[in-house]
Amino acid sequence: MWDYIKLAGLGVLVLYGAIGLNFARDDAFLVHALIILLVAGGLLLHTLRRIGEPKPVHDPGVYMDDVVRAGVIATAFWGVVGFAAGTWIAFQLAFPQLNFEWAQGYLNFGRLRPLHTSAVIFAFGGNALIATAFYVVQRTSAARLWGGNLAWFVFWGYQIFIVMAATGYILGSTQGNEYAEPEWLTDLWLTVVWVAFLAVFVGTLVKRRERHIYVANWFYLSFIITVAMLHLVNNVAVPVSAFGSRSVPLWSGVQSAMVQWWYGHNAVGFFLTAGFLGMMYYFIPKQAERPVYSYKLSIIHFWALIFLYIWAGPHHLHYTALPNWAQTLGMTFSIMLWMPSWGGMINGLMTLSGAWDKLRTDPVIRMMVVAVGFYGMATFEGPVMSIRSVNSLSHYTDWTIGHVHSGALGWNGMITFGALYYLTPRLWKREGLYSLALVSWHFWLATIGIVLYAASMWVTGIMEGLMWRQVDAQGFLVNSFADTVEAKFPMYVVRALGGTMFATGAIIMCYNLWKTVTSVPERKPVGTAGTAVAAE
Amino acid sequence: METYTWLRTFADSWHLLFMALFFIGVIIWAFRPGSRKVHDDQASMIFRNEDKPAGKDAAKSEGASEEHGKGR
Repeated sequence: MWDYIKLAGLGVLVLYGAIGLNFARDDAFLVHALIILLVAGGLLLHTLRRIGEPKPVHDPGVYMDDVVRAGVIATAFWGVVGFAAGTWIAFQLAFPQLNFEWAQGYLNFGRLRPLHTSAVIFAFGGNALIATAFYVVQRTSAARLWGGNLAWFVFWGYQIFIVMAATGYILGSTQGNEYAEPEWLTDLWLTVVWVAFLAVFVGTLVKRRERHIYVANWFYLSFIITVAMLHLVNNVAVPVSAFGSRSVPLWSGVQSAMVQWWYGHNAVGFFLTAGFLGMMYYFIPKQAERPVYSYKLSIIHFWALIFLYIWAGPHHLHYTALPNWAQTLGMTFSIMLWMPSWGGMINGLMTLSGAWDKLRTDPVIRMMVVAVGFYGMATFEGPVMSIRSVNSLSHYTDWTIGHVHSGALGWNGMITFGALYYLTPRLWKREGLYSLALVSWHFWLATIGIVLYAASMWVTGIMEGLMWRQVDAQGFLVNSFADTVEAKFPMYVVRALGGTMFATGAIIMCYNLWKTVTSVPERKPVGTAGTAVAAE
Repeated sequence: METYTWLRTFADSWHLLFMALFFIGVIIWAFRPGSRKVHDDQASMIFRNEDKPAGKDAAKSEGASEEHGKGR
């Protein structure tokens, strides 16, 4: 019965794709219709050929790790794509000649910039979150993922979302809202995938064999639910046509700005923070082989973070038409947010108390600890920048870009690398990593790359902020905009070099993980480091 | 009162009070007597069931830790 419903649904999608291909009003929609036609058509034939055949059995006595393995591969792949895109646009900013004439309107900075941000946040970060959420929720619930192949739907559905978003950006389909660029069709698809993700996660929690829900799962769950809420509210729009990518948003004016930055800042707060804190609370204790420093602190950390983050968005709209009280509210909550953030950082770092020697011997834990260090740095810098008078200097300058990258490269990137190094030998049942020396290389390349990036952006950001507000004795502005652009050139080169180092480190990681899977001997079932509890 | 003013007033009075009390409640709950044993068990939960799910008969209880320790 289910097969026939699936066939009917796929048939409708094929029809929609084919009609869309014919009536497409713009290039982006044409490509999206083609993707729908090909994917739905392929699945239709696949389902049709296998109808009536016995279905693969999901053994509840085994963890569903194949989808996590796919997630690890996707994370590494999109990571390299996203870092390469970022490095390329950094060079485009330093050397504008790289906005080639023949590629105008497709591969210039304006089109590639959202491609870079979405590739690193949603493709790299999102795949890492989905893969680790699936891994962690199974281990801490002592149960196989709920929903059988639904987890595979989440994985592949998410990849289709990424491809639709990326092709849309290149072809100019965008809502123009930062981090929420995809248009209505892509948004609808992501909604479907996200509901399935929530179902798999909650379904697994419901059938857990442990009495309690481990704290990492709370962070993951809050990330899934809040992102769903943000995505729905910020994307309320009416499509202009069923066969075109344009839509008209419901919100307008300052309401639109407020909803966008409520979305935008909580994308940082729940996608890039809560979700990755879930990773921290599982992978750091596991890699250190010690339970988390204080479970009580983790409970308070969770609730404080949830209560405070959701109000911080207005600090993106200082000195705008947003009511003054709302700006003050955003600023106040951003400053208060410093406390739970550092509470979480302390909890992560102190997990190593009594095992600090591991920092010397284990480059993977070093990576995770540096990630938490960058988390602490970024969550101190953030509250400072949200203060209205500091913001008047920092806003619209490169300081903001530097702040985002010390958080994204340092915190999200490093903790994800740590998780990938942790997961790969376990998922492919290998004795260990191929080369710890290469992990060290990755670690130093990435760390120095981030330092170059953040330092150059501090210099250029504060410099241009000061140049913009500099007035002469008569009260006239001293510098034109082009003057600041010229002055920033050396720092832009340094930033691009930092990005190159970070991307090189990621490529080394891919090689190391590849060799781990292909060249390291298989792990013996008993008596290895993987199974810490000795048989008595 | 129009919706905007009503919501604003509600947000910075009753809802603020509710959130503050809820948060204080969370802290008291975290430090309640007898929570240490529970929290220790929860914190070490990640060190069991590493390779395969717990069986159907596995107790869904706090005693699970001892049981699993012996099981290995």
